[in-house]
Amino acid sequence: MFRFVNLALGGVSNGMIYGAVALSLVMIWRSTRIVNFAQGGMLMFTTFIAWDLVQVHGVNYWAALVVAIISGLILGGVSERVLVRPVETGPPLNAVIVTLGLLIFLQGLAGMIWGNSQAHSYPPAYDFRGYTVGSKHLLFAPNDLYIVIAVAVVVVLLWLLFQRTPLGLRMRASAFSPEVSRLLGVRVGRLLTLGWALSAGVGALAGVLAAGTQPGYVLPQGPFDALLVYGFTAAVIGGLDSPLGAVVGGVSLGVLLSWADSYISNNIEPLYAFVILIAVLMVRPNGLFSRAAARRV
Amino acid sequence: MADRDLWISRSTLLRHALFTLVGLVLALAVCKAIDDAHAFEYVQIPAYACTAIGLTLLTGMSGQISLGQGAFMMVGAYTFALLWPKWTTDPNLTMIAAFACAMAVSAVFGALVGVAAARLRGPYLAGATLALAVGLPSITEYEHLSNHLKGNQGLSLPILVSPGFFSDTQWSLVVGVLCVIVLLFLTANLVRSRVGRSMRAVRDDEIAASLGGLSVPSVQVLAFVISAAWAGLGGALLALANSNASPNAFGLSVSLAVLAAVVIGGLGSLTGAVIGSIVVVMLNQTWAQDLASHLSISSAKVANNMYLVIYGVLLAVAMLIAPGGVMGILRRIFGFAVPRQRAAEQ
Amino acid sequence: MRTSRIRLMAGGIVLVLGAAACGGSSSGGGGGGSSNSGGASAPGVTSTTVTIGSTQPLTGPAAPGYSEIAPAANAYFQYINAAGGINGRKIIYKYVDDAYDPSKTVTQTKKLILQDKVFGIFNALGTPTHEQVIDFLNQSKVPDLFVASGCQCWDDPSGHPYTFGWQTDYVVEGKILGDYIKKHFPGKKIAYFYQDDDFGKDGVKGLDMEIPAGQVVTKQSYQVTNPNIAAQVQKIAASKADVVVSFTIPAFTALLKLNSLKVGFNPQLVVSNVGSDPLTLSGLLETYAKQGGATVKGNELIQGIITDAYLSTPGDPSNSWIQLFKKIHDQYDAKAPFDGNVLYGMAVAYTFAQALQAAGQNPTRDGIVAAVEKGIAQGPGTVPFRFSSSSHAGFEGAQIGTIKGTVIQLSGKPMTTDDGSGAVQEFTGTQPTAPSNGIPTG
Repeated sequence: MFRFVNLALGGVSNGMIYGAVALSLVMIWRSTRIVNFAQGGMLMFTTFIAWDLVQVHGVNYWAALVVAIISGLILGGVSERVLVRPVETGPPLNAVIVTLGLLIFLQGLAGMIWGNSQAHSYPPAYDFRGYTVGSKHLLFAPNDLYIVIAVAVVVVLLWLLFQRTPLGLRMRASAFSPEVSRLLGVRVGRLLTLGWALSAGVGALAGVLAAGTQPGYVLPQGPFDALLVYGFTAAVIGGLDSPLGAVVGGVSLGVLLSWADSYISNNIEPLYAFVILIAVLMVRPNGLFSRAAARRV
Repeated sequence: MADRDLWISRSTLLRHALFTLVGLVLALAVCKAIDDAHAFEYVQIPAYACTAIGLTLLTGMSGQISLGQGAFMMVGAYTFALLWPKWTTDPNLTMIAAFACAMAVSAVFGALVGVAAARLRGPYLAGATLALAVGLPSITEYEHLSNHLKGNQGLSLPILVSPGFFSDTQWSLVVGVLCVIVLLFLTANLVRSRVGRSMRAVRDDEIAASLGGLSVPSVQVLAFVISAAWAGLGGALLALANSNASPNAFGLSVSLAVLAAVVIGGLGSLTGAVIGSIVVVMLNQTWAQDLASHLSISSAKVANNMYLVIYGVLLAVAMLIAPGGVMGILRRIFGFAVPRQRAAEQ
Repeated sequence: MRTSRIRLMAGGIVLVLGAAACGGSSSGGGGGGSSNSGGASAPGVTSTTVTIGSTQPLTGPAAPGYSEIAPAANAYFQYINAAGGINGRKIIYKYVDDAYDPSKTVTQTKKLILQDKVFGIFNALGTPTHEQVIDFLNQSKVPDLFVASGCQCWDDPSGHPYTFGWQTDYVVEGKILGDYIKKHFPGKKIAYFYQDDDFGKDGVKGLDMEIPAGQVVTKQSYQVTNPNIAAQVQKIAASKADVVVSFTIPAFTALLKLNSLKVGFNPQLVVSNVGSDPLTLSGLLETYAKQGGATVKGNELIQGIITDAYLSTPGDPSNSWIQLFKKIHDQYDAKAPFDGNVLYGMAVAYTFAQALQAAGQNPTRDGIVAAVEKGIAQGPGTVPFRFSSSSHAGFEGAQIGTIKGTVIQLSGKPMTTDDGSGAVQEFTGTQPTAPSNGIPTG
């Protein structure tokens, strides 16, 4: 019994990271109805920038984190304006291809700048050794608590932005009904760019948090593909329209994977994600938390 | 109209058969002319081409975005690698049987995936197939299967021996080219047939198609099945070319490469699929490195990643500037000579 | 009509590409064409140079640490080339990246043999990777010297006469480590952690030959593409093992240590030579040191790890080989840290120089194979080589060492054994001194 609960605890911080990636995917989906397949590549790139600062130039963890988030904002905004804007209104395949092209390009660029041969490790912000309760070691450490709090703070801030500020209102309006918003004087284009920028910023945070969880994490073609898949699965579980669902989906996925890894096998973890994804989509094609508006005639 | 045209344009099958024959002779002549030092570089092209032809059918004709062809290739490759080395009598004949098995198993797998994904559209389908592409290779690492599938190390294949006239490496290339020609023939006929028309109908307007009496899920699953079978053959060819079937060879990057081949060549065009495959494979193998040495780049990390950067840019740019791919560009240059494909251009 | 035009286009394109291909190649027609250049005795050999090739993990999961090996070997070759080379020929070393991916190894190897026409393959790295090409190399009668892997599969004179190992094979290493554990940890609980391929499995075979089965509480394995080993480490921790013996590559030794710390598990680690280089491990673990409770430097996390070595280590700076290699390193490979990987590269390059010298004034492919089979002198090893016409295995054994500071300190005597039921015995010979100009004397 203890093992069962402990494993669940162990999956929570990873789950919050998946939730953050899911959140960034949801933000873009809500504003432009595109799945940003380059998300994994973007957060890899910003994590590398942060790593460069921390390891090579000895910059402090928090300053590097801020730089990573800012680079994410810039990268997301520029990507939308330059690459995605032309394909936003076309068939979905075009946007998929463009984001995939961006993903591949970022992998290559990261390899060119930082090379592929050294395994880089990123420091965790806090102690990663699990808390001890009596004689039992928990699979939850101060660093995990930091991860949970960091993602929770971001979720709250975004909620406040979207629900309680005029800017947020305009962003929601642009996503819901771009033509009407334009007529009402809303600069829809700029708000879409802002949406992508924020999304990439959230992704950057997820990348830095994830990197501090194991040595050798930071490689250009590293575990970021799997992170994208887990983020997408979490987003689907929660419903691509729901930010809260994204985080709940993420934590659920993290816990489920932790159980599956231990009780079944940890070598086929990406396969579990696929099975969970398909299972959810077969039952509720629009996600568990979505308010599915029928988009067909 | 039928009476005024030549006999040859009246019968689709005959037309295709004649040109297949011509293409065959040309291809064999070319293979004989390529020397060993280059032949082994080209040997991966048919593998990608077969898969790309299948993806053209799935995405171009049937409108279903799949980022997971690599997974079907892997199923075909492993089936081939598990069966062929065990059948020791006349490797070239047993190879054909092994190909057929690889295609059959992949087809079954494609049916399963197609049924599971039948209700998914657009980005959901893309994401689900992406998860498959990332997830399936890990099955080889499952402890209980690793004795048979040998985990990351993969399965070894013997070298294919030529029956004569061609050298061993040239023969591998010939086998690949023959497979591509056969698939081109079959697919071109399929496209012109009723099945092809029903696929296009479903792609263009599902509701109208189902009102017209088509079973939309059946058509979609059929597209998955055929594209999976073709990808299975592609995977078997790749395993043959590498003398090895291992999970790394069938990861996400392969699925993306096949998609890139189809897009760069021109979505919906069979010739485009072949051209795109040539571009993607050659870029990866030699062109990027050649460019790097041309530009006198000595840094290994820049040279080794050059192909990723170029290919990422090509993919993104293709969509923005030349969505019709190479075939689209050729059409603009040659005007009437290259006909507009009835593809996903909207 | 439209489809016929497509067909025509397709045919035309094939033709054009074929023409381009023919134009690009030097000799049309089937077969390999002429391969010698300028009156020499073999492919890749000219009157002034010998060219050898290799596939290395310059990128990918095995790159940390291992990517330093080939540049170090090349540094040694450049050093002796400056002094005139071997028998008047300079050694040109062309190494290419296969990313530790077996599917890339085949293409890269074929490129080296068919396009670059190298004399032989030298020190190709990796068990799963190189296994894909030994059939091709032996069929093509290409020397496949000193494979960088301890798999028993390279020792097959009848099936693969052109392939030779170099480092101590994993079964032998397992026996030596197992023998040490048996003697120094009697009655304690032992856990195994190993890579799930021939490297790890051979190591386990060796360990099992020495460690009494009753002491082994659990055996866990990992796949090199999956760094998420939390589940395995939790199971090892739950078994309350006192000693964990691991056959892991450096990235996974680091992961083992990190995951153990996470769950508050602190056993004695015994690590295969393959994954115990202190500088490589420090590089991976240093960022975790502070948050892992270490008060000084990152390498606090690796102090006291027991391992083995078949070469002298930087822990003995007065050793003549260490001094020679340090000199070469500072001159030709200064950007890399002076660690076990660099030593490995230079040592194996020295062995190749020995083989090339023994192959005589006009080296041929069969000639160099015969030269190695006559036996190679010990060189920088702590134990001799086993090369003979009936054995293509390399070093006969290894010496136990412990990580202290940033180096491995060797202790006790070098041990030798076979990969069968032979006992583990002390080696009583001595290591020869290094030649001052780095060129083998015989």
